[in-house]
Amino acid sequence: MARILVQEAAFDLAAETAALTAGRTDVGGVASFLGVCRGDDGLAAMVLEHYPGMTERAIARIAAEAEARWPLTGCTVIHRTGRILPGEPIVLVLTASAHRAAALEACAFLIDWLKTKAPFWKREEFADGRERWVAARAEDDEAAARWIRAGAA
Amino acid sequence: MRVLYFAWLRQKVGTAEEEVSPPPEVRDVAGLVRWLSARSPAHAAAFADPRQVRAAVNQDFATPDHPVAANDEVAFFPPVTGG
Repeated sequence: MARILVQEAAFDLAAETAALTAGRTDVGGVASFLGVCRGDDGLAAMVLEHYPGMTERAIARIAAEAEARWPLTGCTVIHRTGRILPGEPIVLVLTASAHRAAALEACAFLIDWLKTKAPFWKREEFADGRERWVAARAEDDEAAARWIRAGAA
Repeated sequence: MRVLYFAWLRQKVGTAEEEVSPPPEVRDVAGLVRWLSARSPAHAAAFADPRQVRAAVNQDFATPDHPVAANDEVAFFPPVTGG
């Protein structure tokens, strides 16, 4: 069962990582992806909107798919919402398994599908007062599509 | 029927949520979009480019041919950009 959090508050990468190995000796590796807000082109802040209720359901479904495909001993997804400043973390994906391949592949899968199958929207606020909704990128759809296989969701 | 809007669709429509009672001939997501578009110029502007609009019915992603019913929660939003 994955640990899934959608929250405004920052998260503690070290504490979350430690929690996946605490009290067990069957974990051989923990893979992580930490998404961070870049400050391109005078970005002052990123504002993340989501669909409460559906967001948690969508992430739970993606995590269940990862757990069905790889032998994970643990999995954590934390996605922040609200106003996030350049340099601050946005999203954390942690996967633990007996062996590195499963942890690394499941981690890549989770962030690829999170980007295209969970209801979040980013609005950029710039120092000069401009605002802009981030457009979906074809590269993200292609990254997500590489995990689609016959008979899978 | 409860209709929700997110991101720039919410801004264009001018509300995050509305309660609507479409006529019985509105049977699917595409029909609901056509009916909502006729409600106001703001709705028409929000739905002007169907390629930029995604939908969910009862909190699951839904295609234009997905059925809609009186007690459903239907959401409209742009392609997602999280992560």
